[in-house]
Formats: sequence, structure tokens, C-alpha cells
Amino acid sequence: MKTPQSRFLGIVLLVIALVGLLPIVFNSPTMREEVFLILMLIVLASSVNIIMGYTGYVSFGHIVFFGLGGYVAFYLMQTFQVHLVLATVAGGLVASAFAFLLGTPVLRLRGAYFALATIGINEAVRTFVNNFEPFGGSVGMFFNFSVYDAYGGAANALWFTYDVLIVVTLLTIAASFWIKKSKFGLGLMAIREDQDAAQVLGINAARYKVRAFTISAFFSGAVGALFFFKNGIIEPNIAFDLVRSIEGLVMVMLGGFGTVIGPVIGAAVYELLRSTLITAPPLNLGFTIIEFSNFHLFIAGFLLLLIVLFVTSGAVGLLRQRVPVLRRYLE
Amino acid sequence: MILEVRDISKHFGGLVALERVAFSVPEGKIVGVIGPNGAGKTTLFNVINGVYPPNGGKIVFRGEDITGRQPFEIAQRGIARTHQIVRPLGELSVRDNVIAGACFGQHNLSLQAAAPVADEALDFVGLTPKSAMLAAKLNVAQKKRLELARALAARPIMILLDEVLAGLNPQEVAEMLDVIRKIRERGITLIMIEHLMHAVMNVSDQVVALDYGKKIAEGTPQEVTNDPKVIEAYLGDPRVAERFMVSLE
Repeated sequence: MKTPQSRFLGIVLLVIALVGLLPIVFNSPTMREEVFLILMLIVLASSVNIIMGYTGYVSFGHIVFFGLGGYVAFYLMQTFQVHLVLATVAGGLVASAFAFLLGTPVLRLRGAYFALATIGINEAVRTFVNNFEPFGGSVGMFFNFSVYDAYGGAANALWFTYDVLIVVTLLTIAASFWIKKSKFGLGLMAIREDQDAAQVLGINAARYKVRAFTISAFFSGAVGALFFFKNGIIEPNIAFDLVRSIEGLVMVMLGGFGTVIGPVIGAAVYELLRSTLITAPPLNLGFTIIEFSNFHLFIAGFLLLLIVLFVTSGAVGLLRQRVPVLRRYLE
Repeated sequence: MILEVRDISKHFGGLVALERVAFSVPEGKIVGVIGPNGAGKTTLFNVINGVYPPNGGKIVFRGEDITGRQPFEIAQRGIARTHQIVRPLGELSVRDNVIAGACFGQHNLSLQAAAPVADEALDFVGLTPKSAMLAAKLNVAQKKRLELARALAARPIMILLDEVLAGLNPQEVAEMLDVIRKIRERGITLIMIEHLMHAVMNVSDQVVALDYGKKIAEGTPQEVTNDPKVIEAYLGDPRVAERFMVSLE
């Protein structure tokens, strides 16, 4: 069906594909690293948006799926020389399975209790992995360089990972769009607005929520696999980093809660801001940015405060409110 | 009998909200449920549509025991309801609210199939001009209509109406009563909780009166309004009232 919105989705996918192609065209590894991070954050933000933006359940510890997917894939590639694509799918599936098992009890909690529970789960998994010898315990795991041989050496392996990431990003956005526009998505949004009323309309809220959580976890898990393959090293404090989880929420809020394009814009803007703040000292503050390398977190916190206070619907939500014509196109 | 309420009891801790309430609803009729505040009317609805499981008794709908089922299962069997305190899906458009009603109910329609059903329901309650608005932006009377449209769009067998007239002005009440009669003409069975006595008496085929969780009267509107127990529940003991009136003279 050629609706204005599906045309809009086409444009979004095209833009992302073009941006994704830039580093390949210029053959620039530096550019690739920057775009890699942006695409990864787009996937993470879109993933958390499915449960947070569509369904109304703020998954604070969503990074647990990223870390888990990363660990599982890393382990498979390291120990059994599983191919990256397969390991990525496996990482996503294990994250999904974990979300499915957890979702049934945890999604019964509402509001702040759910958010707190997800933080608790992330911390519990981190502690577990810290002590889990097959995953290298607190030291983590790192690749033997021979792992990269199957992809024609380390340099080629990194380019290949990047190609896979582009595909995963496009799939994530397409899925996010599909969910938003489907009957399933309407059910999720009904749950977000009023769960009890949704049940009375005939929506099996428990099943819908678990399904949303499971789908959402897949993308986080898959992108975790790619990220740690690229890094060649994985350790618990990086895989299950709550700060990154919170940054994901900031991106969703910044771009627009519950929209398809919001997390994409939020992630891109946030990452560009972060890398600018880290690499080029924008202000003469009397100290070097290296000493204050988490300056972006200060900005992120401040942004979140502004959004929560003044623009609760984020950039895309604001545009939709102010310019009604855009409602037909922006999703 | 399309719905049988058999000796339903519901307690909240020490509070007895419903005690062995029993009545049955004939197909295609309007049954009014009346009673003073706190009589257990809304609790009765919540038990029928699965929000609360009862402590005792059974609900039988079209021959099937639906006691203790989840609200969504009951909706899928063809019982829709409106809420006394309106519950619009605020950040969704009016039309999406009604589409949700259409596609998740008894018939499990696809989004495409649900759209025309929803548009028809919106037209039926006169909300078509507002269909693109966010539901949160409607006024109270419009939100009540939205509740009704959402319930209707499910094309249910039966609708539970919980005070759809409360908070409406006389003009709006008259319009709403018209809509309710038209719903019955479609063959949909209705149970309605209402405070406006003349309204219930006007449209109901049968009335059930509750007080303190017990059924105190049942019958045609005339029978129930003339029942001394009902008068007592609303106005106090009629003999006391009479003596009081005499003492004033």
C-alpha cells in the first residue's frame, strides 16, 4: 500500500543506507567507526522504543540484552568458530529468549517498579557473568586474531561487520515501522494509554507485552554481537553498562517517544554531540576535555531534564504537534 | 436467557460489595440496574466482565460458564462495556480508539476490515467530525460517546453501560437515550447502570434494584418503582417519611 507514511519509511531507509554507504565509498575507517556507533545507537534506541515508546514500559536496564547477545555471540565465535552472521542471529535469539522468560513475571509490574526491576536484572546478570568462568569471569574474553582469518583478515572483518550492521539497522527500522502500523502496535499503544481499558477491549495485555519485549530484545542482542565482534574484547562492565542504558533512554526522549523516526534522530544527534564534545574542546573551560571525558553525560542529563520538563514528546512529537501537515508523513 | 448471574458474592476484605445477587437477562432487552451510591452496581459489572473474580457464584453467558475469566477473554466472547469514569486512549486519535474496539473484540478483525466498522460506529454516535482529534482533547459528553462507539465497534452481543448519562446536560441525555434505543433495535442486549431514574424507567424492559450489595427488587420499571423496599433504599422508611410529612403540616 502506497500511503504517505510508507513512502516516508522508504525515504528514511534510503537516507540511512546512503549515510551507511559513505564510509565505504570514501574507504575511510575513521568515518566508519563514527557511523558504526551512530547506527548501533539507532538500533539500541529503536529497540528500547518498542517496549518504552509503544508499550509504555520504561526498560531502564535494557542494555542487559545488548550485553547478553554480545557475550553469547562472542562465546560462539571464540569457542566454536561460528560465522558472524549466525552468531549475530544467535545473540539476538538468546536475548529474546531471556526477555521472554523474564517478561512474563516482570511485565506484571507497572511504572517505576518495572523500571527498577530491569535495573536489578541488569546488575544481577552482570554479577553473574563476572563470576561465570566459561565467559572469562571479570576479565572477560578476547579474540585470538585467527578468528578474523575466516573473513580475510582483521581489516576486512571490520568492514564486513559494518556491512552487517547496516542491514541490521535497516531491518530494525522496518520492524519498528511495521509494528507501529500493525494491529499488534495498536494493541501495544492501547496498553500504553490504559492497560485496563485495553483488556476490556479484548487485548491480551500480558501476551502483547511479552511479545513486544521479546522482539525488542532481539535487536539489542544482535547489535551487541556486532559491537563486541568489532572490539575483539568483551568484559562485564562494558557489556552491562547502565550508563549506556540510560543514554539510550535519553536518545528516545530526545527524538520522540513512541515514534519510528524519533529514536533514529535522537541517536544520531546524541552521538554527534558526544563525539564533538570529546574530540574538540568547544568551550574554554580551563581544563582539557580528556580530563573531563564524561562531559557529554552532563549534557545528556541536562538535556533529559529539559525534555522531561518542557518537550515531553521529543523533537518529532513537537513537530507533529506544531505542524499538523507533518502528521501524515512523520511517524 | 443470554446472561445468567447466579448467586454472585464479592467481598473486599470485610466489606460485602455483593451478596448472592441473582438475575437473568433476556436476549435483545434492556435491563436497568439501579440502586443508591455504594449499592454494588459497578462491582457487579466488574464481576461480569472479569475485572474481579467473584468470591462465590457463577456468571453464565450464552450457556457458557465465564466466571473468573480475564476481561479480554470476556470481550472476545462478545461482551463490551463502557466505563463510568471515561477511559479514552488519550494519545491516540478518536478513530484509532474505535478501530481498537473493532479489531480486538469478538470478531478479531484485521486493521483494514476494522476501519469501515469503526467509521460506521463513529457515525452512529455522531463523532465523525472529531475522528482525527486526539481522544484526550474531547469534552466529557464526547468522551462518553467515544466509549459507546468503542463498545459498539466490537459488534458485541451484549454491552454493559455504566452511567453513560452521568454528567450530560438534558439535551445530551435525550440524544444519548436515542442512541441507546437504536442499539437495542440492532438486537444488542444491554445492561445499564443509571442514576437518572426517569431515564432508566424510560428505556428499560426490566429493572434490578440493588442496595448494600443485595438485590432488593426485580421486575418491570413500574413494579420496581412502587416497591416499598426500593423507595426505602432511596428515601428511607416510607412510614417514617409519611410521619415526617404529617408532622410538617
